[in-house]
Amino acid sequence: MLKTPLNKLHHEHGGNMVEFAGWEMPIAYGSIQDEHVQVRTKGGLFDVSHMGRLKITGRHARRLIARACTRRIGDMQQGQCRYGLVCNEQGGVKDDILVYRMDDTEFLLVVNASNREKIVEHLNNIIQAEEMVAKLEDQTMKTAMVAIQGPKVMDLVSRVSSEVPTLKRYRFTVKNLLIAKLIVSRTGYTGEDGVEVILPAGIVETALKLLLKDADLKAKDSDMKLVGLGARDTLRLEAGMPLYGHELGEDINALACGVDFAIALDKDQGDLPEPFIGQEALKKTRDQGGPPQTLAAFVAEGKRTPRQGMPVMIEGKQVGVITSGCMSPTLGVPIAMGFIDRQHNTPGTRVTIDAGRAELPAEVRANPLYTKPKTK
Amino acid sequence: MPAPSDRRYSDSHEWHKPEGDLVVIGITRFAVDQLTDVTFVDMKPMGTSVSKGDPVGEVESVKTTSDIYSSVDGEIAEVNAELADKPGLINEDCYGKGWLVKIKPSDPGQIDQLMDADAYTASGGS
Repeated sequence: MLKTPLNKLHHEHGGNMVEFAGWEMPIAYGSIQDEHVQVRTKGGLFDVSHMGRLKITGRHARRLIARACTRRIGDMQQGQCRYGLVCNEQGGVKDDILVYRMDDTEFLLVVNASNREKIVEHLNNIIQAEEMVAKLEDQTMKTAMVAIQGPKVMDLVSRVSSEVPTLKRYRFTVKNLLIAKLIVSRTGYTGEDGVEVILPAGIVETALKLLLKDADLKAKDSDMKLVGLGARDTLRLEAGMPLYGHELGEDINALACGVDFAIALDKDQGDLPEPFIGQEALKKTRDQGGPPQTLAAFVAEGKRTPRQGMPVMIEGKQVGVITSGCMSPTLGVPIAMGFIDRQHNTPGTRVTIDAGRAELPAEVRANPLYTKPKTK
Repeated sequence: MPAPSDRRYSDSHEWHKPEGDLVVIGITRFAVDQLTDVTFVDMKPMGTSVSKGDPVGEVESVKTTSDIYSSVDGEIAEVNAELADKPGLINEDCYGKGWLVKIKPSDPGQIDQLMDADAYTASGGS
């Protein structure tokens, strides 16, 4: 099993370690629910080093990413990040990614751990097939990545950097620490404010000490604690963010996944045309009125939790399927995401989720179910 | 905490403890660590007859839903009612207050076929 540079830290903190996409990762250090609440109310530190980090350089770096990604790349500014999808020719989703524009000829992609090798191969295939001058370097093993998320995070960060708290959402800056470079972006996957930091593997423990200053990760009421992948999943589900293998997949049409903002179907037009792989198929889907099923959020009654694969029923007829579910730590009710026939995907629609031993009355709700309280 | 030596263990990580003429069933620390925070417990009602290998109910956690199996034939004599409002008792005290059901076994000798604490620990359980 692959180990992240923070593996020792997980063990020292009693992490419940499991195999995830080939990596030994912590599900939780104690209670998933407590860690979830920690991120919603204070701050949490996640090791996300298992995610793939791919550096792309060269004259055609931009063109390569523009070809692979559903989002416009040409109008991105240096220091900007953008969330997008990588599609197959059929308009299914190969992965969802974060693109960092370092400069005109250098980009960084953050991809899902389970898709890293697939995306590397996909990009290399494009380079070859379209005779591009671009170089792809997989930096996953020599770097680490942490996410620091929660309402108290920016206060904490402001003690070590005056610049980072001024970053807008989806912007990043490159900071020097010792002789190393840190990429700090105002991004995340929890629905809370916070940052994600990419840094050389060798300095991650030192950097964390400096970054967290006097925060004691082990203190009971600490503003900053370690949080595992279990809470990362429940946090993103409350925040309505899709996850590959659940709401995203090669057989799922990109226009069904509730991330239309990240699909620029017109990006083959304009001054800098960027046709992307899957675009023709997706345009066809759009012209036919959209995919037959689209992603919805659900709230169920009772105490049972909807799970991936459970049928969604209306009057005894299957109209959809659950893709993710959990007992929501913030809302205190069972919540889920899933695909449902387009005509039924309206907040307020009553459905029944077939949980095998029981039928769960549920309601379609607007996604996301949780939005962080406005502070400023 | 090591698996207590006053009971027997199944491959599917339930413990079975003789108590008078009943057998108490719960899940082990290892199982709880796999499940993570328990959110809901649904055991079959008192009086349900079960055969060895039958599910006696389900335990739901933040992560997953799991069937719980009896390793003895018999009838459900009691269900832990406290878990309805406090499923977290399983996380806090899986070998004590977090017990699930009590079975009136038709053959009390059946639990001797299960692993003892040493064997269970040796198999990777806890």
